[in-house]
Amino acid sequence: MIQVGLEHFLVIGTLLFALGVVCVITRRNAVAILIGIELILNASGVNLIAFSHYNDRAVEGSVFVLFVIVLAAAEAAVALALILAIKRRLRTIDVDRISSLRG
Amino acid sequence: MNFSVPDLVFYAVALVTLATAVYAVTSRNIVRAVFSLLGTFFGMALLYGLLAADFVAVIQVLVYVGGILVLLLFAVMLTGNIETAQHSNRSAGLWLGALTGLSLLALLLPLAIKAPWQQSGVGEYAQTTASIGTALLSNALLPFEVISIVLLGIVIGAVVIARHRRVEDTEAGK
Repeated sequence: MIQVGLEHFLVIGTLLFALGVVCVITRRNAVAILIGIELILNASGVNLIAFSHYNDRAVEGSVFVLFVIVLAAAEAAVALALILAIKRRLRTIDVDRISSLRG
Repeated sequence: MNFSVPDLVFYAVALVTLATAVYAVTSRNIVRAVFSLLGTFFGMALLYGLLAADFVAVIQVLVYVGGILVLLLFAVMLTGNIETAQHSNRSAGLWLGALTGLSLLALLLPLAIKAPWQQSGVGEYAQTTASIGTALLSNALLPFEVISIVLLGIVIGAVVIARHRRVEDTEAGK
């Protein structure tokens, strides 16, 4: 059996979450921000699966992660559509230059 | 310290996952960042496999690698200037980002390691597909139905947002 414990997976989830947050904060390309969001969602997934695995293999963790994956796919599709629309209208996807609403 | 084979597999997979994630976050080339994310998603699927969540591992590969990664590549190819891909991934606010990341780690890592998480053992190994299907049609039936409506709305919304409107439609057509 695997000897690594729950904490190992929680540490991986924490590191991925911090990486995703840093990516969202520092990147200026809208696609790169989307990458950061995917990392954050993956971090939540590994936490959920780890908790359910170390609690009698509860099936609820897998169900939660399936919903998270579906919502991540939906969010990626809408984000791609938004990025394409913004690119067509404003000729850039640099989030610092998208300031049409600034007064 | 005697490591068993699953331990070594875990550490190798964790190393690959985190290393590719770091590269995806720090690379100045957006195309390389997206391709590096391939390693992260596969590593996550292997971690799910190590946690005996076989169905979720397969779905992770199917949806993330087969769907979301391709979507990201489409977004990159359709919006970026591929000729100038070397600096396509500008970054700003590095100090703020590093400060936030480090304070997050300082806050969450001791919590993840030291907190007395509830653990009741790992139980017997069993395939999860049948129990997931039962759960989706019994306890989780309402979220299952809601998320299908969400997906329908997403499909319609994405098409409407990304539809190419001609200029006369938006200027004079209203």
